[in-house]
Amino acid sequence: MTYHNPPTTPRFSSTFDAYTLSEIRRAAATGIYDIRGGGAKRKIPHFDDLLFLGASMSRYPLEGYREKCGTNVVLGSRFAKKPVELKIPITIAGMSFGSLSAQAKEALGRGASIAGTSTTTGDGGMTPEERGQSKTLVYQYLPSRYGMNPDDLRKADCIEVVVGQGAKPGGGGMLLGQKISDRVAEMRNLPKGIDQRSACRHPDWTGPDDLEIKIMELREITDWEKPIYVKIGGARPYYDVALAVKAGADVVVVDGMQGGTAATQEVFIEHVGQPTLACIRPAVQALQDLGMHRKVQLVVSGGIRNGADVAKALALGADAVAIGTAALVALGDNDPALEPEYKKLNTTAGAYDDWHEGQDPAGITTQTPELAARLDPVRAGRRLANYLKVMTLEAQTIARAAGHNHVHNLEPEDLCALTIEAAAMARVPLAGTSWIPGQGGV
Amino acid sequence: MRTVDLARTSLRELNAELHRQTEGANETGFVVLNPRGGHAIAVGIDAPVDVQIKGSVGYYCAGMNKKASVTVHGSAGPGVAENMMSGRVVVMGDASQYAGATGRGGLLVIEGNASSRCGISMKGIDIVVRGNIGHMSAFMAQSGNLVVLGDAGDALGDSIYEARLFVRGKVKRLGADCIEKEMRAEHHEALAKLLEAAGIRGVASTEFRRYGSARKLYNFNIDNADAY
Repeated sequence: MTYHNPPTTPRFSSTFDAYTLSEIRRAAATGIYDIRGGGAKRKIPHFDDLLFLGASMSRYPLEGYREKCGTNVVLGSRFAKKPVELKIPITIAGMSFGSLSAQAKEALGRGASIAGTSTTTGDGGMTPEERGQSKTLVYQYLPSRYGMNPDDLRKADCIEVVVGQGAKPGGGGMLLGQKISDRVAEMRNLPKGIDQRSACRHPDWTGPDDLEIKIMELREITDWEKPIYVKIGGARPYYDVALAVKAGADVVVVDGMQGGTAATQEVFIEHVGQPTLACIRPAVQALQDLGMHRKVQLVVSGGIRNGADVAKALALGADAVAIGTAALVALGDNDPALEPEYKKLNTTAGAYDDWHEGQDPAGITTQTPELAARLDPVRAGRRLANYLKVMTLEAQTIARAAGHNHVHNLEPEDLCALTIEAAAMARVPLAGTSWIPGQGGV
Repeated sequence: MRTVDLARTSLRELNAELHRQTEGANETGFVVLNPRGGHAIAVGIDAPVDVQIKGSVGYYCAGMNKKASVTVHGSAGPGVAENMMSGRVVVMGDASQYAGATGRGGLLVIEGNASSRCGISMKGIDIVVRGNIGHMSAFMAQSGNLVVLGDAGDALGDSIYEARLFVRGKVKRLGADCIEKEMRAEHHEALAKLLEAAGIRGVASTEFRRYGSARKLYNFNIDNADAY
């Protein structure tokens, strides 16, 4: 008797998927880990896993185009003599001149100023283009202190002490030699063309007790005028926020693992830190436990894409959000119109993340003059302003539908979750139930 | 000469008064009494004033100094003259960790010893220490000069860039990518000027050895991974 033995369909491993196999081959061929820009790309619980309930019998909505819904936010009201008031609760996150072209930094300043919000410097110092075009500029105080000087500190509207960032909590940075132009080298006091390491921790303080003294020094130098932010990566948000408050922060910025970086190891981006969604409630709880919620403002970043994300972050207790990757996309990053050029770089529009190599065809993450000249700061700034306005309108639309006359009146009770994981992280009920995993209820 | 007693005047009043001084101001001399280890004393000055602090100070004394001459008649806590831009800071006693951290210019003189991480990430400052310095000094030092008349602790100049290190005594161990370099005529000349500027007499540049970067870690190479 003979048996017919039909061939089976080739079966690919879920564990050793195509990307994993390609990474093993790449590592074996090169002997070095993969470095890239951006934030975590893996699928993790996010704002998409939450829904707004909207108004119903117990709550009445506000008229969409008639009734007021405020969006302004005041940051730095705890200690600073000159807190800043922004028209919208969406800020531009810190991104360095060096990782970004001067044109891109100028465009960020222009767009943010049109929209009535702030932009932020990054590792590498403050450029005149950025200061000149930014109505409200936050000056980052970073471990590397590249470009740091008291004159720029005084020119800033706010100071952000960077302890960590979501893409790499506990990690420093590296700007590879090919992006070190004469100007970048001069601003960083280093020779042209060499890799510039950004330290992972500050050179003159360690721990929250030291930070308290460091913040006091910064306040003394700037005569207590400027709001001082502390930015942390999404590592231990409850304790980190509590310690930042104890250290004297006016504002705490919490950056989840979807938050981008200019260049870091892929393994770091994808395997260290917590999702943004998991960071907000512990951060808010820390503020509430200290009686400081709404007194010390909370800014959340990492994967904010639209007005719904903004509204959800605010509903969970944030005072404002910050965007980085989305702002770059608004300027023109990863535009499909540039597909032929992305193909030359062995990638495709939407997936380009080798920002550290300085070959960005959109002229944003580059220091090559011919590429950088492709970005028109005025036009790109307008695009960013448009995008910020759309996000704001979207957040207002949702807030009105939930019956709120200010986006800050959104609250966790306006939300439900689509998954058990999101319900547990956001501490809102699973849709169709009153069950909040880990919080009791049925 | 104006005297400010920190037992009666707040730190805020002192620093605000120092910040009010501008180029050509009438008041150019300040004496600060009873510092009692306070933090952030005389920080952020941007004028050619002279500040004499009669006692020991805490963290970040003379931080981000520009143009001023600040003398601590005692010892200094962590981060003295951090990120100094210009001017002169003198510590008559010892200095704690991170002395002159990230400093961009000016001269820091420590008459006693300096603790660990002296000159960390220095970016153009000149530092002269009459005594010894602790471990990890000049870590990631970018530019400027660190002169040590005594001994240097472990891992001197780890991951150093273009700063120059001159040590008269023993070095416990050099850090990654830091090597001894030849003392050429230009180095003797520069060192002699630094010693003179620091007010150090009777010490010759020939008594020092020079250390700096091997420049092997300037661009990442996987074959150098064991060096980190």
